[in-house]
Amino acid sequence: MRTLLVTVTTWIFVTVALAAAVACGGRPESSRPAATSQPAPTPEPQIIEVASKPGSLVVYSGRSESLVGPIIEQFREVTGIDVSTKYGSTGEIAATILEEGNNSPADVFFAQDPGGLGAVAQAGMFSALPGDVTSLVPDWAQSPAGLWIGISARARTLVYNTDSLTEEDLPASIFDLTDPKWKGRLGWAPTNGSFQAMVTAMRVLWGDDKTTDWLEGIKANEPGIYPKNTPQVAAAATGEIDIGLVNHYYLHRFLQEEGDAFGARNYHPTAGGPGSLVMVAGAGILKTSPNRDNAKKFLKFMLSTVGQQYFAGQTYEYPLVEGVKTNRLLTPIEEINKPDVDMADLADLEGTQRLLRELGILE
Amino acid sequence: MISAGPSPLADPAGEHLPRRGRQDSSRPPPATIVVPAVLIGLAMLLPIAYLLIRGAGATTEAWELLFRFRTLHIIGRTSLLVLIVTGFSVLLAVPIAWLTTRSDLPFRRVWSVLTAMPLVVPTFVGAFLFVSVLGPRGVLQQILEPLGVERLPDIYGLPGATLVLVLLSYPYILLTVKSAFQGLDPALEESARTLGHGRLSTAFRVTLPQLRPAIISGSLLVALYTLSEFGAVSLMRYPTFTWVIYQQYQTAFDRSIAGVLSLALVGMALAIVLLDAYTRGRLRYHRTGSGASRRTEIVRLGRWKWPALAFVGVVVALALGIPAGVLLHWLVRGVLAGEPLLLLWSATVNSLVVSGAAAVVAAVCSIPIAVMVVRHPGRLSHLLERMSFTGFALPGIVVALALVFFAVNYARPVYQTVWLLVFAYVVLFLPAALGATRAALLKVSPSLEDAARSLGRTPAQTMRAVTAPLIAPGIVMGAALVFLIAMKELPATLILGPLGFDTLATAVWSASTEAFFAQAAAPALLLIVISSIPMAFLVTREFGASTSSGSDGS
Repeated sequence: MRTLLVTVTTWIFVTVALAAAVACGGRPESSRPAATSQPAPTPEPQIIEVASKPGSLVVYSGRSESLVGPIIEQFREVTGIDVSTKYGSTGEIAATILEEGNNSPADVFFAQDPGGLGAVAQAGMFSALPGDVTSLVPDWAQSPAGLWIGISARARTLVYNTDSLTEEDLPASIFDLTDPKWKGRLGWAPTNGSFQAMVTAMRVLWGDDKTTDWLEGIKANEPGIYPKNTPQVAAAATGEIDIGLVNHYYLHRFLQEEGDAFGARNYHPTAGGPGSLVMVAGAGILKTSPNRDNAKKFLKFMLSTVGQQYFAGQTYEYPLVEGVKTNRLLTPIEEINKPDVDMADLADLEGTQRLLRELGILE
Repeated sequence: MISAGPSPLADPAGEHLPRRGRQDSSRPPPATIVVPAVLIGLAMLLPIAYLLIRGAGATTEAWELLFRFRTLHIIGRTSLLVLIVTGFSVLLAVPIAWLTTRSDLPFRRVWSVLTAMPLVVPTFVGAFLFVSVLGPRGVLQQILEPLGVERLPDIYGLPGATLVLVLLSYPYILLTVKSAFQGLDPALEESARTLGHGRLSTAFRVTLPQLRPAIISGSLLVALYTLSEFGAVSLMRYPTFTWVIYQQYQTAFDRSIAGVLSLALVGMALAIVLLDAYTRGRLRYHRTGSGASRRTEIVRLGRWKWPALAFVGVVVALALGIPAGVLLHWLVRGVLAGEPLLLLWSATVNSLVVSGAAAVVAAVCSIPIAVMVVRHPGRLSHLLERMSFTGFALPGIVVALALVFFAVNYARPVYQTVWLLVFAYVVLFLPAALGATRAALLKVSPSLEDAARSLGRTPAQTMRAVTAPLIAPGIVMGAALVFLIAMKELPATLILGPLGFDTLATAVWSASTEAFFAQAAAPALLLIVISSIPMAFLVTREFGASTSSGSDGS
């Protein structure tokens, strides 16, 4: 029994020591390496009214804490509003809100992609946003009924292995990836929301027949099937695949973690089309929200210069509000040959999933 | 007397060869047992009730999808994976259990802890770590590149999913079988040897049959775990039922189809539980005579020492070395790149508190059900036992949403409190505690309780004075196991945790899902190290017990 006591005590000691020594890994807010560009933004006094009783706010976030935690914390500090946040994946949070129904404690749903927002909007759980919020972002980046609004934008892109390819080798349109020369060299993530949004855009821009041709052509090239974007970018860097179909910002996280030696880069198809689709992460206010005013303040803060500079500088996304500069590490959004698609056009997720199932791409 | 040996975790640990015995169901169970047991059983039914509600709300199209989804095909794939993972886990666990309990393997205690540790690595990050090392162009390929290896064979698909799931879940069987090994009565094997059986023949005819119940109960956990697992199968590209269900939640946002599919999954789980009940049979494991409580002979490995060392070494290097190594690499790289230091006290404390509470509650809840099953077998008892196993087989997200539904509508005050989260853990992980408690109780002869009753004790007094002290080690072991599993739980923690509540597992997820690897490494390593405390307890406890029951250990 003595040995037991000694062993357990030793383990506890080691653990405590490790907890103190190992517990590294801060949030991006606190002085990330200077590589992330963008000088620290200065708050804008004009938009911030600190009420005498700031009250509270409940945010359900489908974006992870490592992404949006710091800016939510900044909102709390600046406004004095007592913000509580629930984090999860966009799918989990959307399902939770739908399950909670009219009893939902949430004021704001902050989602990673329009799909999750659309599901909550379709259930009639969002209330219309006031004009002074919807006027802040361009029409293409919000729901037509003003039920939710884009906060930041991300571009679809090709991530390619820099050892085996240069930009010149890459096709002008993603349609050309159906060429048999790419056999065994591609990666995609058919279950990923952003990928499905791109296919929806494809159906809008190309029609169902050409979309079917593309899907079948890619399938014939036997792409690696990944569950989401991160492992795809990692696979492109090691040369497991040569080209992956992803969102643009994952690459920059890897570059930050692994340095410039990282073996992959982004490429935006020059001919435009669905391969250069720009999508939004956004938010809406729930009908049942008891703190509507604070929820409005939250959206306005995220769309203020401070908020937009945060997304540009820290999460490598594109700002949606005019006058905020894009991170210098990104391809300027003007240089991306962005197709003319509204977020509202991407609503037919069901049709896209039906098509993917018929082709045997989804189970 | 009752066994001085340990082994409450294992189902069996029979002191005698298992044989069919008379069921002691002459006395009806007292209300103090039935009422709590039924209440706990009903709580376990909540997820299924929820799925029925969702399924009833589903359109006919959803039900048609159940067929259009090539359901049979997916059932086939899923069953295949469950079968192969369970089989390989047994093949890995039984030899390791023998080597670390019955042989003179060098540094046996160290190996004993290390070989059980992979259990604490969460699969949602573990699978990514395996791919980054063993993938076609992973770290291993880079090491081999000078030798002309351009690309490793694809691990994706069935082989990869099997590899990850076996390496991270074989400890379920390892722990139960180790306990069983230590509870074996050496006299049986000695008799076999005296009667002219060789070592091998004894192993197959005497030892293995006694281990069978332990192997089966560990395998049940592995099988149900494989059924509900999402992280490894998605990254390894092997679509299972759970994978398809997740897809409905994550991209289709359709809870009705997910509900219909989950009901089919419940069906699969019940089939596995029934199979378990069938193979286990109605056996009696408590000793009827006095038996021997000596320590069993330690087998000298001789020249087999080196292959044996290589075997456990390779398993530990793969299952623990790879994840821990990559995490350390991420952490060091992050520190060198100037990542700020941040104390993770709140996540650590939260993890410890909710997992600890879940462990205690699950252990306590396992008692009435175990008493029903062991002492008062019958239709009701079997039903209760089976109901309690369904939670373990359902994906965490399904159980979590079920509890959101019930709490928000009928128990608003507990919604988004730690109480509901603890409750969710209990629904999910009760089987782990139940297995241990049931095994401990099986070894207590009912005649002891009868004696206490005949001396005028009430059932409650008998429980307190006689039964409880005897089964306490088993209950504690079940609690430790629940603690370990709860520490790494993710979906229910995210969905049901109070607002702003973070644990080590959610911290790992939050960072790793967005490719902040250095930030993910710290909480992941901390999770592994903290979990090693109860793991060391589980393992050293066994040694302590086996030493106390016999001559001094090496």
